[in-house]
Amino acid sequence: MPEIAAINQKANQAGIGPATAPASPVVMLKDVHKSFGSLKVLDGVSFEVGRGEVTVIIGRSGSGKSTALRCIDRFERINSGEILVCGHRVDDPGLDLRALRQDVGIVFQSYNLFPHLTIEQNIILAPCAVKRVPKPAAKELARRVLAQVGLEDKLHAYPEQLSGGQQQRAAIARSLAMQPKVMLFDEVTSALDPELTGEVLKVIERLAADGMTMVMVTHEMGFARGIADQIVFMHRGRVHEAGPPEMLASPRTPELSQFVGAGL
Amino acid sequence: MHIEFDFPAVLERWPSFLGGAVLTLELAFIATLFGGILGAIGAIGRRSRNRSVANICTIYVEAIRNTPLLVQIFLVYFGLASIGLKFSAFSVAALALVINVGAYTTEIMRAGFDAIPQGQIEAAEGLALSRLQIYWHVILLPAMEKVYPSLTSQFVLLMLASSVTSQISAEELTAVANYIQSDTYRAFETYILVALAYVVLSLIMRAGFWGLGMLIFPRQRRLGTPL
Amino acid sequence: MGGHLNGNHLLFLGQGMLWTFGLSVIALGGGGIAGFIVALCRVSPSRWLRIASGAYVQLIQGMPLLVIMFLAYFGLAAIGVQVSPLAAVGASLTVYVSAYLGEIWRGCIRSVPRPQWEAAEGLALSRAQRMRMVILPQAVRIATPPTVGFMVQIIKNTSLASVVGFVELTRAGQIINNSLFEPFLIYSIIALVYFVLCFPISRLSHRLERRGGAARETLTPA
Repeated sequence: MPEIAAINQKANQAGIGPATAPASPVVMLKDVHKSFGSLKVLDGVSFEVGRGEVTVIIGRSGSGKSTALRCIDRFERINSGEILVCGHRVDDPGLDLRALRQDVGIVFQSYNLFPHLTIEQNIILAPCAVKRVPKPAAKELARRVLAQVGLEDKLHAYPEQLSGGQQQRAAIARSLAMQPKVMLFDEVTSALDPELTGEVLKVIERLAADGMTMVMVTHEMGFARGIADQIVFMHRGRVHEAGPPEMLASPRTPELSQFVGAGL
Repeated sequence: MHIEFDFPAVLERWPSFLGGAVLTLELAFIATLFGGILGAIGAIGRRSRNRSVANICTIYVEAIRNTPLLVQIFLVYFGLASIGLKFSAFSVAALALVINVGAYTTEIMRAGFDAIPQGQIEAAEGLALSRLQIYWHVILLPAMEKVYPSLTSQFVLLMLASSVTSQISAEELTAVANYIQSDTYRAFETYILVALAYVVLSLIMRAGFWGLGMLIFPRQRRLGTPL
Repeated sequence: MGGHLNGNHLLFLGQGMLWTFGLSVIALGGGGIAGFIVALCRVSPSRWLRIASGAYVQLIQGMPLLVIMFLAYFGLAAIGVQVSPLAAVGASLTVYVSAYLGEIWRGCIRSVPRPQWEAAEGLALSRAQRMRMVILPQAVRIATPPTVGFMVQIIKNTSLASVVGFVELTRAGQIINNSLFEPFLIYSIIALVYFVLCFPISRLSHRLERRGGAARETLTPA
């Protein structure tokens, strides 16, 4: 399993992923419905993410965009519809949850680094415990992913010794160490001061350039426009408009036009 | 009124006192170890989604916390005897203390578990860790670090409370004191010395827990900040 | 007595329960007054009072209540000071409770927010006035849940009086058992009576704690 993941990663990084991959998408949502009690949060959401593609979900708070993202990694169970992620049927009750989560990396708004562990221990925990990577190899891996996010000097620091931006980059590195096939980012810069946002976005940009398949929810419209292959605009639990980033310049619906206007 | 003290007459029995003190520490060690494990399991049980498991754990905690240790010891002692089981006084004392401190530890550990943010658990799930791995790496150890001061105070209090096991003739420090005072007719000196011996034992335990904390919580050792 | 558990036994247990209650009141009253003084000494501006009261707390909290009781009853008798079981038990409980309540209350006084102390100072109140009029009224509110919680410890701790022969609930049970020899049954009944006394107080303390928001652990097995 790890080898395959590594090969996939390499293929992604070489940029041959999207070009040579068949049409089968890495992530696919089809007519997904989800309610919290009587509150309808997702009302028939469908979109696809191809290999090496960056999909950015935008929308007002309460539009269901975070819920849609969390459904991909089965942090929320859906009421009806289909979700296919890296060959896993996420809506199947018999889903092998841990196999899914080895293929999917997720980064949260509040970093969620483990406070009692050093950055290195945070990173090697899952590879050692889940994939049985030997400790020396895992430590080597930790150095590599930390270099990827520019934190190689923080190997032995504890989370509380890092700034918010650094913590978030370390959290990204922790996810990368599991060599996921797709990365999910859930408003990863929303808890950060503006001057720390840039360093995190830069790391994500570099990942995108390396060919990582990504789905992200963000409020950073400029960033979204620059990085996205596909924009999904959600409104009242539905995909209101979707398309290439150019659609932000000429919205077809008044809702998107209003949203973009407010965002500028 | 003329009062004469004769501490040397009591002090010369120091080997007996030392034996009693060692037994008290043994009781405390056993109760800390197994009571700690029982408490961690109890706390997991109290948070269980299975209602009957959670209820059983709650009943255990409330039953123990609202009755005196002395009565619990008698109940264990006579309860085991009534079903035909014969144990040494030491074993009965240890068992009763484990049951007792397990309930207090359950409550303390539960507070520690409750203090772990949901996001920590989600992050661990997102990394494909199993439930057991999450409990061990992400919940148990940080929870323990958070409540370590309460936990250790509880275990020191337990060591002091173990004096009550003298009532079922466990040969710990207080029982030794009772014996020596009846032998020497020097009750005042004996109990003063034993009281001070307990103070020293509590200091030893506190120092031990401090050292253990430094060992198992490296973050605490390096940063010195509360988790 | 003899034979089966009868009305007389229950009456005797009832009497014992009254003494458990009485001892608890004595312990709370005596220990409360002494504990209040300890708490005030612990936050006193005088360094020596702080050190002395701190040492007192450390010393008493390092000793088992049982040994304190033995010292008060057998120890004093051995040096010629005859005290009744009630006096010995009452004094022991008072000393023991004062150390714990004193420490709990010190924490409560200290947890009155800093600006309150400063504001009181700004009003040119004397130290005694500041304490009485500003700090203590707020500390009392903070102190109520842990104090109620500690009352459970007090009730349970009075069971140790049985060991020096004072006839409260546990001793009453032992005496009945000596004639019936049904220890498991009798201690179960006694445990149940303690539970009935303690559980409502535990609940109350829990509710107060949750209403107050600030959770505080009150510890002490026994």
